[in-house]
Amino acid sequence: MRKSWWKILALILVGGTIVAGLLGPVPSLFLLHETIRNVYFHVPMWASMVILYFISVIYSIKYLGSGKTEHDLIAVEAVNTGIMFCFMGLLTGMLWANITWGEPWPNDPKLNGSAIATLMYLAYLVLRNALEEEQKRAKISAIYNIFAFPIMIVLIYILPKLTDSLHPGSGGNGTFGDLDMNNNMRPIFYSAVIGWTLIGVWIATLRYRLRLIENKKNQID
Amino acid sequence: MNLLQQVKTLVYKDIVLEWRSKYAINGILLYVVSTVFVCYQAFKSVDTLVWNALFWIILLFASINAISRSFVQESPYRQLYYYTIANPKAVILAKIIYNTLVMILLSIIAFTSYSITFNTPIGDPTLYLVAVLLGSMSFASVFTMVSGISAKTGNNSTIMAVLSFPVIIPLLIVLIKLSQNAMNGLDRAISTGEILVLLAINVITIAISLLLFPYLWRD
Repeated sequence: MRKSWWKILALILVGGTIVAGLLGPVPSLFLLHETIRNVYFHVPMWASMVILYFISVIYSIKYLGSGKTEHDLIAVEAVNTGIMFCFMGLLTGMLWANITWGEPWPNDPKLNGSAIATLMYLAYLVLRNALEEEQKRAKISAIYNIFAFPIMIVLIYILPKLTDSLHPGSGGNGTFGDLDMNNNMRPIFYSAVIGWTLIGVWIATLRYRLRLIENKKNQID
Repeated sequence: MNLLQQVKTLVYKDIVLEWRSKYAINGILLYVVSTVFVCYQAFKSVDTLVWNALFWIILLFASINAISRSFVQESPYRQLYYYTIANPKAVILAKIIYNTLVMILLSIIAFTSYSITFNTPIGDPTLYLVAVLLGSMSFASVFTMVSGISAKTGNNSTIMAVLSFPVIIPLLIVLIKLSQNAMNGLDRAISTGEILVLLAINVITIAISLLLFPYLWRD
């Protein structure tokens, strides 16, 4: 109980925001109408993805310093979970775009940037598969991970701000937070971000523990 | 020897090695010129948008070909020898500088042959040349580190493409935008933002390479 309070908190937050997000009051706005509810589901996916990737980079840096297998395992499982959140973010985004912009994938820097960032992290997994020897794999993929993270940030958050973009929060558009969210929405939104991030961390730790058990089973004593 | 001297010696060594055989540089130059000619035969004449995009695509593939060999052309034993006598930071810095020199030569030859065959008027040639120089610098700095990573993984060319394309795309977007501004002859003040972004990305990649390479070479 003492250790699992954050898991219960995550469940309560996510369950609560799903109910409140679908049923709660939202401002009726021009064009957006009820689709503004997607902000409860789409944005938390990306937020948890970035946090998971950030955890992965921290453990990659730690691995280069310490050389412990555990750090490498945490790094790769954080990326695996992050990629799952990234795909869910893409899907919820495409669903919203189909209704608001009329097509699921308009040619937009924010969307293309996120697609390329996804490719980069898939390349990280391909790189891991290409290397046979475990220590070499851990080290080289850690290096690529650290190399890729700042470029991911540039792709998703900096480049779209410099150019014209349809996406809220880039290319001179205000975010939903500045313009469209009223004070009823804010607490639900923030608790959704925290809840989904905690769920992501939980999945990553479960996967990490599975890996540890697998490693132990494969060991010859 | 301090770092600067080591870098100077290593760059000099690379140039001398290349000059002795001239195999790599001639091969890559022929590659660029023949690609330009193939494109010329295929397109005959193009509008400025396609002209610009095509030029960067040619340069991208030529630079991948040129740089992907930078850590595999010498034998692992000789590499080991360099690492025992030189600082790893000097090794990667020397490679980046040497590859930048190669890329500048390559892109100037590509640009000359390309603009002679296609003959499209450029609004602001000086700015376009700045874009080409910045582009060759950025290609060199990104691809050198990625080629260092992919050299460690046996099957080189696939991994090199898979790892480097997503990393180079943001640079390529900014480069194409900057050179398009130059083609249209827009006021230079508009393009300063792009130039600053390019320089910033270059500084970041070189800094990360310097930090990470000492971990990479140690096997």
